[in-house]
Amino acid sequence: MAGTGTAHLRGEGEAMLRVEDLVVEFPARNGMTVHAVSGISLDIVEGETMGLVGESGCGKSTTGRAIVQLPPPVSGSVRLDGTELTALEDETLRKLRPRLQMIFQDPISSLNPRRRVREIVSEGLDIWRVGDKASRKARVDEVLEAVGIDPANAGRRPHEFSGGQCQRISIARAVATEPKLIICDEPVSALDVSVQAQIINLLQDMKDRYGLTLVFIAHDLAVVKNVSDRIVVMYLGKMCEVGDPESIYERPSHPYTAALLAAIPEPDPSQRPDSQKVLGGEIPSPLAPPSGCRFRTRCPKAQERCAVEEPVLRKVDSNQFVACHFPLEPDEELEFAKVGIGATIGLDGDGTDLD
Amino acid sequence: MSTTGLGGATSNGRLLEVTDVKTYFETDRGVVKSVDGVTFTLDRGKTLGIVGESGCGKTVLSRSIMGLLPKRGLVREGAIQFEGTDLIGLSDKDMREYWGAQMSMIFQDPMTSLNPVMKIGKQITESIRQHLDVTKEFAQELAESLLASVRIPEPQVRLKEYPHQLSGGMRQRVCIAVALACGPKLLFADEPTTALDVTVQAQVLDLMAQQQRERFMAMVLITHDLGVVAGRADEIAVMYAGRIVEKAKTSELFSDMKMPYTEALLSSIPKLADHSHTRLATIPGRPPDLVNPPLGCKFAPRCAYVQDRCREEEPPLQLASPGHEYRCWFPVGTPEGKDAFERNRRAGDVVATAALAQAETV
Repeated sequence: MAGTGTAHLRGEGEAMLRVEDLVVEFPARNGMTVHAVSGISLDIVEGETMGLVGESGCGKSTTGRAIVQLPPPVSGSVRLDGTELTALEDETLRKLRPRLQMIFQDPISSLNPRRRVREIVSEGLDIWRVGDKASRKARVDEVLEAVGIDPANAGRRPHEFSGGQCQRISIARAVATEPKLIICDEPVSALDVSVQAQIINLLQDMKDRYGLTLVFIAHDLAVVKNVSDRIVVMYLGKMCEVGDPESIYERPSHPYTAALLAAIPEPDPSQRPDSQKVLGGEIPSPLAPPSGCRFRTRCPKAQERCAVEEPVLRKVDSNQFVACHFPLEPDEELEFAKVGIGATIGLDGDGTDLD
Repeated sequence: MSTTGLGGATSNGRLLEVTDVKTYFETDRGVVKSVDGVTFTLDRGKTLGIVGESGCGKTVLSRSIMGLLPKRGLVREGAIQFEGTDLIGLSDKDMREYWGAQMSMIFQDPMTSLNPVMKIGKQITESIRQHLDVTKEFAQELAESLLASVRIPEPQVRLKEYPHQLSGGMRQRVCIAVALACGPKLLFADEPTTALDVTVQAQVLDLMAQQQRERFMAMVLITHDLGVVAGRADEIAVMYAGRIVEKAKTSELFSDMKMPYTEALLSSIPKLADHSHTRLATIPGRPPDLVNPPLGCKFAPRCAYVQDRCREEEPPLQLASPGHEYRCWFPVGTPEGKDAFERNRRAGDVVATAALAQAETV
C-alpha cells in the first residue's frame, strides 16, 4: 500500500479537477527533505464530493492546499477544467481564486476576531468588486440566510457566536464568491457530535443549492463515508486505496483501510473494542519514509517484497483500486497488535493482551 | 467486575459518593448554574462515562469534585465523599494531599496541559517527589518505567526531551504517565482523545483501560461522543444543562434509553453501516443559557417529544429499573412517549418544523 499510480483516474474529459502525480516537499534542517506528498493522483467529476482520509501527517491537508496552489506543488499537474494551475502566472491564478475556496478545521481561529461577520463574508466580493454595493449586500444576506445565520446578526463579531455558528459563517464566506471547488479541511473535527451532524447536513444542502464540488478532508472514516461519492485513503504522502464509499466499507482491500475502520468507536456496547484490531505505533517520519510500501512498518501482512517494490494502484473491483502487493481477501481478519507495537515501538509483543 | 490488579483486597468498595452537588459562578450577567444538583456514586475499579454537549457542565463537575475551580465568585454546595471524607470543606492545602496521590486528571489538549519549558522527566518526577518519600534516583527510575508502561519507545531518551519533541499521541501518553505517577485511586479523563486521530484514540483508550485494570483504579471518562464510552464504561451518565438527565448501566442505556436527549445524541453520530449521503439526525438549536434556563424541562425547546407539561414542570429523576434513572415526562419507548411524538408529528409539523427551522437559525 501506500503507493502511486493512475489506474483509478477517469477519462480526461469527464473530470472537472484532475491531479496527477502531485509531489509536495519542504526543506528541513541539515539539508533533509520533508516528503509530505509523494505522487498523489486523483480526479473529481463536477458535483462530486471527494473524501481524503488518513491519520495526521498523511499529507491529506497538504494535498488539499497544493490543489489550490497554497503552496504550489514541487511537481505534478493540477488541471481545473483543462487549465493547468501549476503553470499559471500569479495574476492569472489570483483571478481564479474566487472559484477555489477553503474551509478550515478550527472555525473560531479561521475568522478574523476584529471584523464583523458581514465584512468577513463580503471580503471576497469587495475585493473583486462584484456588482454594486447593494447587490453585494444582498448576496451576503442570501448566503448567511442559506447557512442558517440571521443576517440581522451580521454586525456582530465572531466571538459572539458558538463554534458551530462560526463554522456556518466560514461556509457562507466560502460560498459567497460562487466557487466551483471548495476544499473542506477537517471542517467538523473540532465540533460536538450534535453540531457536527448539523454542519454535515448543511454542507450537503449547500452542495445541492449552489452546485458545488467538494474535497472533504477528515480522519474519521464514518464522517467521510457519509459525505463522499469517492474516497482516497492516504498514508504518509501516498495513496492506499481509492473507491466508492460503499465498496471500501464493505470490503476494505488495504490493510490500512481495515485498520482505520476498526478504530472507529461504534456507539454500541455489544461491540467491545477489539485491541487486536487496533493499529499500533505511529506514522513514521516523512523525513525518511520507509522504502517500498510506506505502510510496511505497521502492516501485519508485510513481506520482503514490500520493502523493495512500491505497490501501484490496481483495480480490485469495478469501482475500487488498491495499492498493495497483498490485498485483503474478503472477510480476512487482521491482527495488528503484535506487528505494529513490536515493530515500531520496540516492545516485543508484551502487554498487548488487552481484551 | 475484574478482580485482577493491586486493590483486590478492597475490591468493590465505594470510592466516591457525590450528593446533590451544585457549582454556580457569580458573574456580571447573573448566576451561572453550571452544575445544578448532581448525584452519583462510583465504586473502586469502575468506570463512569459522563456524556453531553459542550457547555452541559461535565467539565465543571469533574473540576468541582477535584477542587480545581477558580475561587472567585464560586458557589459550591452538596457533599463529595471520597473514601468517607467530605472534600467540599477542604482547603487547597488539604486538597494537595489528594491531587496526584488519590485522584488525578487527564485533559483534552496534551500540548497545553504539559509544561512546554520543562523536560518530560521532571514533569513526572515532580509529583512523585512531592507525594512519595523517595530519592531522586528512584523517582527517575519510576518515571522511566512509567513511560515504558504507557508504551513510549526509548523512555530513557524521552525523559530528557521537551513536550514539543513528541507527537500528539505521545504527549497524551506522557500526560497519562504524569497522572498515574503516584498511583491514584481515581482518574478523571476529560475528553482525553478528542484532539487525537481515530487510530491513536483507540490506542490511548486501550492503554487507559489496561492501566485501570492493572491498578484497580476508578475512572470518570468525560466525552461528547457516545461511541467512545459505549464499549468502555460500566455506567453512563448523560448530562444536560448542569444536570444528569439519564444514568444507567452501559448496556441498559443503549438497549433501553428513556431520555429523548440520549436518543438524539446517539442518532446524530454518523454510522459506518449507513449508506453514504444518509441525512443525519440533528438536535436543533443549542443548549440553554445557564443564567436563565427554561422553566420546565431544560431540554424541552429542542425535544421531539415535547408537550405542554414539559414546558411548565421540570420532571424529577425517575427510576426505570434499579440503577436506571431518567428525567422525562414522556420517555422514549413508552406508550406516553410514542403518543407525544406522534402528536407532535401530526400537529402538524407546523409547530415542529417551525421550531426546527427557528432553532437552526438561532
